[in-house]
Amino acid sequence: MAEVLVYVDHVDGAVRKPTLELLTLARRIGEPVAVHLGAGADAAAKTLGEYGAVKVLAADAPEFADYLVAPKVDALQAAYEAVSPAAVLLPSNAEGKEIAARLAVRVGSGIITDAVDLEAGDEGPVATQSVFAASYTTKSRVTKGTPVITVKPNSAAPEAAPAAGAVEQLAVTFGAQATGTKVVSRTPRESTGRPELTEAAIVVSGGRGVNGAENFPLIEALADSLGGAVGASRAAVDAGWYPHTNQVGQTGKSVSPQLYIAAGISGAIQHRAGMQTSKTIVAINKDEEAPIFELVDYGVVGDLFEVVPQLTDEIKSRKG
Amino acid sequence: MSLRIVVTVKYVPDATGDRHFAEDLTVDRDDVDGLLSELDEYAVEQALQIKEEADDAEVTVLTVGPEDATDALRKALSMGADKAVHVEDDDLHGTDALGTSLVLAKALEHVGYDLVVSGMASTDGGMGVVPAMLAERLGVPQVTLLSEVKVEGGKVTGRRDGDAASERLEASLPAVVSVTDQSGEARYPSFKGIMAAKKKPVETLDLSDLGIEADEVGLDNAWTKVEEAAERPARTAGKIVKDEGQGGKQLAEFLAGQKFI
Ligand SMILES: Cc1cc2nc3c(=O)[nH]c(=O)nc-3n(C[C@H](O)[C@H](O)[C@H](O)COP(=O)(O)OP(=O)(O)OC[C@H]3O[C@@H](n4cnc5c(N)ncnc54)[C@H](O)[C@@H]3O)c2cc1C
Ligand SMILES: Nc1ncnc2c1ncn2[C@@H]1O[C@H](COP(=O)(O)O)[C@@H](O)[C@H]1O
Repeated sequence: MAEVLVYVDHVDGAVRKPTLELLTLARRIGEPVAVHLGAGADAAAKTLGEYGAVKVLAADAPEFADYLVAPKVDALQAAYEAVSPAAVLLPSNAEGKEIAARLAVRVGSGIITDAVDLEAGDEGPVATQSVFAASYTTKSRVTKGTPVITVKPNSAAPEAAPAAGAVEQLAVTFGAQATGTKVVSRTPRESTGRPELTEAAIVVSGGRGVNGAENFPLIEALADSLGGAVGASRAAVDAGWYPHTNQVGQTGKSVSPQLYIAAGISGAIQHRAGMQTSKTIVAINKDEEAPIFELVDYGVVGDLFEVVPQLTDEIKSRKG
Repeated sequence: MSLRIVVTVKYVPDATGDRHFAEDLTVDRDDVDGLLSELDEYAVEQALQIKEEADDAEVTVLTVGPEDATDALRKALSMGADKAVHVEDDDLHGTDALGTSLVLAKALEHVGYDLVVSGMASTDGGMGVVPAMLAERLGVPQVTLLSEVKVEGGKVTGRRDGDAASERLEASLPAVVSVTDQSGEARYPSFKGIMAAKKKPVETLDLSDLGIEADEVGLDNAWTKVEEAAERPARTAGKIVKDEGQGGKQLAEFLAGQKFI
């Protein structure tokens, strides 16, 4: 059976959920071979094997952390040459897309980004994408070279499928470009203890209607009562009320949770672009004409300062 | 020596209008209003600021696109760019990211550059891959997704805000930079700027000027193919209630019914 390379997104060997989704999708096309760069390959291999990786190609070198993107392209290319895969899958985050882009140029392959589903086809994998602010769904294929495809988080439910997952060392020679862009310093983000925005099953977002950073704890309390992540519209982010990492929309994160709750958000096209594919959409807005109501499964026309706390209390008391 | 800054700008269908696919499943660019991709305005803005800080610099804006794409170039010129280059060729219709990056890379080599500034993503295709592809093709450092950028003493430095960390980056010129919408509001063209733009030079190039064969680009030679495009069914109208004191509880009831509680 053909092998499919899966680029592993991890933090020191703790594999992030989108990678498990990639392994699940990869099994529809062939046998997943994971590529793990940086520390923690042995720890990661356990999880990767559990989700179907037949082997784990691992490389660790200071270059991966000290320079931007290019060293990882060298490593993925080495894996590509070692395996001759039927496809290469990466997570659709900023770095994943850039690695994919450069690999595609190097090996002369077509690239598809932001797939939301993937199936085997007679002429190679077929990727489903959601385009024009999610107003269209397309199916595309790579027609030249080995398909390089980045897949959005929440595109599949991870399914365990135990496989060997043995670690093999991958030999990597860094090219002249590898050390072109130095990472001079890195300031890690503080953990909020909440689920990762793009991976969360429930997202609660606040917009301009929240009217100040001091009111965002209302949104956070609702999110916490549901075990969800917190998002924000660009208006709220630009006003400095919430960090840009939490922005949902065209230039922020695109999320596709089971439940999306928008409070004090009008529903501009650029915001919709990042949340329109959510399964269930709920909005609280005092303006009944707000375009967000065109999308909702359930909407409350009202003041979020009344509705949100009542909702949070009711959830807490129902959960007991 | 003068610092040669080239900004890559894309002409895209207006996102607030109705966007759709043409019969050949390429983005319909004929029946819709187009404009300079808003995210490329941030790139033009940063290029102009870098020029203002430099002793001697020149900003060229470069686009690959149909005839109407000159509108995008004029907008950038009216913001303050010095000159423009338009790569236009009938054979370019339907070119995908790999092909576009090839044409842009050849055009950049033709024009000459010390610093390339791109947007974070185009607002139509929105892949966000072209800047990385350009760095790869040109063999120069990639300093991308910056929310802050500075050029000094032959080096570019900047801040890249990722999910896990915020990073400070540094590279020597020549380099490819891309900037996010966090890099700072783009200026509005002034009346004077709009008038001046009319007289600024726009050079037009076709594929043969760049030594690119017709079979390297275009829809039939693309590396990817859209096989189906279906309009997403409108979401079925949901239930909307007016809060009369019980809105939060009613919403909780709905969520419980959907098994979220
Ligand atoms: C290139 C580009 C990229 C963009 N990218 C993004 C993006 O990634 N994400 C994004 O979100 N936006 C993005 N935008 C901006 C977008 O166009 C909108 O400006 C933005 O989404 C508006 O945010 P908002 O809904 O919070 O604010 P508004 O549009 O001002 O809406 C606020 C809403 O809150 C309601 N409200 C006010 N007070 C209350 C109350 N007490 N109770 C209940 N409701 C209340 C109001 O009725 C209103 O509907 C982008 C724009 C451009 C041009
Ligand atoms: N046809 C084009 N002409 C000029 N620049 C482009 C073109 N396509 C993409 N770009 C540049 O590449 C960036 C990212 O585009 P994309 O990878 O298509 O999302 C844009 O913000 C532009 O700076």
